Amino acid sequence: MAEATGIKDYIKPENLVYKRTGIMTENVLHYCPGCGHGTVHRILAEIIEEEGLQSEAIGISPVGCSVFLYNYLDIDWQEAAHGRAPALATAVKRLCPDKFVFTYQGDGDLAAIGTSETIHSCNRGENILIIFINNGIYGMTGGQMAPTTLPGMKSSTSPLGRDTRLMGYPLKITDIVATLPGTYYVTRQSVHTPANARKTKRAIKKAVQYQKLNKGTCFVEIVSNCPSGWRMTPVEANKWLEENMLPYYPLGDLKAPVDVNAQKPVKSDNND
Amino acid sequence: MKGNEAVAEAAIRAGADGYFGYPITPQSEIMEYLMEANPQAKTGMVVLQAESEVAAINMVYGGAACGKKVMTTSSSPGISLKQEGITYIAGAELPCLIVNVVRGGPGLGTIQPAQSDYFQAVKGGGHGDYHLIVLAPASVQEMADFVGLGFDLAFRYRNPVMILSDGAIGQMMEKVWLSPPVERSKTVPEWATTGKPPSRQRNIITSLDLDPAAQERFNQKLIDKYNEIREKEVRYEEFQCGDAQYLLVAYGTSARICQKSVQLARKEGLKVGLLRPITLFPFPSKQISGLAVKADLVISVEMSAGQMVEDVLLAVNGKTPVYHFGRMGGMVPTPEEVVEFLKSKITGD
Repeated sequence: MAEATGIKDYIKPENLVYKRTGIMTENVLHYCPGCGHGTVHRILAEIIEEEGLQSEAIGISPVGCSVFLYNYLDIDWQEAAHGRAPALATAVKRLCPDKFVFTYQGDGDLAAIGTSETIHSCNRGENILIIFINNGIYGMTGGQMAPTTLPGMKSSTSPLGRDTRLMGYPLKITDIVATLPGTYYVTRQSVHTPANARKTKRAIKKAVQYQKLNKGTCFVEIVSNCPSGWRMTPVEANKWLEENMLPYYPLGDLKAPVDVNAQKPVKSDNND
Repeated sequence: MKGNEAVAEAAIRAGADGYFGYPITPQSEIMEYLMEANPQAKTGMVVLQAESEVAAINMVYGGAACGKKVMTTSSSPGISLKQEGITYIAGAELPCLIVNVVRGGPGLGTIQPAQSDYFQAVKGGGHGDYHLIVLAPASVQEMADFVGLGFDLAFRYRNPVMILSDGAIGQMMEKVWLSPPVERSKTVPEWATTGKPPSRQRNIITSLDLDPAAQERFNQKLIDKYNEIREKEVRYEEFQCGDAQYLLVAYGTSARICQKSVQLARKEGLKVGLLRPITLFPFPSKQISGLAVKADLVISVEMSAGQMVEDVLLAVNGKTPVYHFGRMGGMVPTPEEVVEFLKSKITGD
């Protein structure tokens, strides 16, 4: 007759299939339920751990919802002024060329107030990674219109929906930076499904490898959600993202490095 | 060499790690000199022309956060744009050097020399409670000397330092003795963000604290630092102050003019002395107060509408009459004008 077993009998190293990534601190994330930031943070942490980059990584956090990113990843951090992260990263990488330098920025930070810093750092081909979280809204300040807010989309400063005649059009800044000779790898991904999260991880991992080649700026846009700002449940938000955000911001590589030897694009699994 | 060139050469010799700038008259020679000298190939010093003054100061922020000796230079309208970055640097307690080769304002103003950025330099400049350490050179020699001194003070106090110059000193040519070059430092300050080794906790450079009690404690820490600076770092120069019945207070270009005014007035039998503040923050208040009580009147001479005069008034605290004499908009006063103004105050005209 078998002995009765309890949960404690299963907590053994050989049974471990999932754990908190060592690079993630034990601080509780402040994000709203369903927010994509947590997933992207986790992906970044996993990559830094897997690539052994903890002592090499210098992250630049933005102003916006992810302003406290420095509380969650156990690496060195600089907290930039709104929009200025690529300027900080420029100097950090030039002064510490052997380090892994990245920024993490939202749409207001990167594509409105920081447009100049974004475009010029990409145009100079700074050997940095820019991670761009695009959820079409200012989350931290309470759901105002962002440069990437879709036409007709409601926000607290476009309560009747974004009227493009008055408020202009959503800025596809990722498409713009892809045209600049200074960028090496430009891709748009999402984390709204497990499959997409895995693709995002592969994309960021590639960018980390590319930074070692000193070939130019890597730019990874992640189309994300904002259940609170969009006034939706997390499930509704992800459905809305798929039906509305992705047609305007299609996923896939916008610029992929060419294999120098083969003179043809490197095989990419990041195109849908 | 030119004052601007002296700053550039002194920066290379001081072992600076990085310069980030944006062209603006009357200080563009600094970046031109650095690009020509190409220190990257010799000392490894990074020199980069940024896309804006805003980007340049934020590059300085990023470099300073790595514990590097970094600097930027600009002139008045450009310094206004840098104020956001400067307050973040002060709030994150980072060392850096900022040079302002002042031109007349407000707005786009003129490209001629002025001292109208005094308030902005010594009272903070950007938002929030903070101070820069402000050095006021009166010669090309001091333009060069204050680069090394500025970096030393910036690292000693983990505080941004500003050299408050003007278009005259930036553009004038004088003989300079340059310090022998020092190597770029290899020491990494323990607070610097250069990648977290297993041996220490992660370093976070930020000026954000949402807890008001913690923010107030931080503000108090800054006040304590500024008080220590006030106690230890006041620098000034006295010129014929021993028997001065009339005291001139002037810095930078105005001080050079006033030195001549003192000589002219003394020829006419007027016992005039000059106190030249070398540090504008910390301000030599005690020294001015000490001289003012022995004088009949004090005149603050500035190329502005009257800015430093407020600090002179605070220092003198009503014990002696204080007057302001100034020219503005890029106009530089003559020594004779200063003497005439002094005489008018003596006779009560």
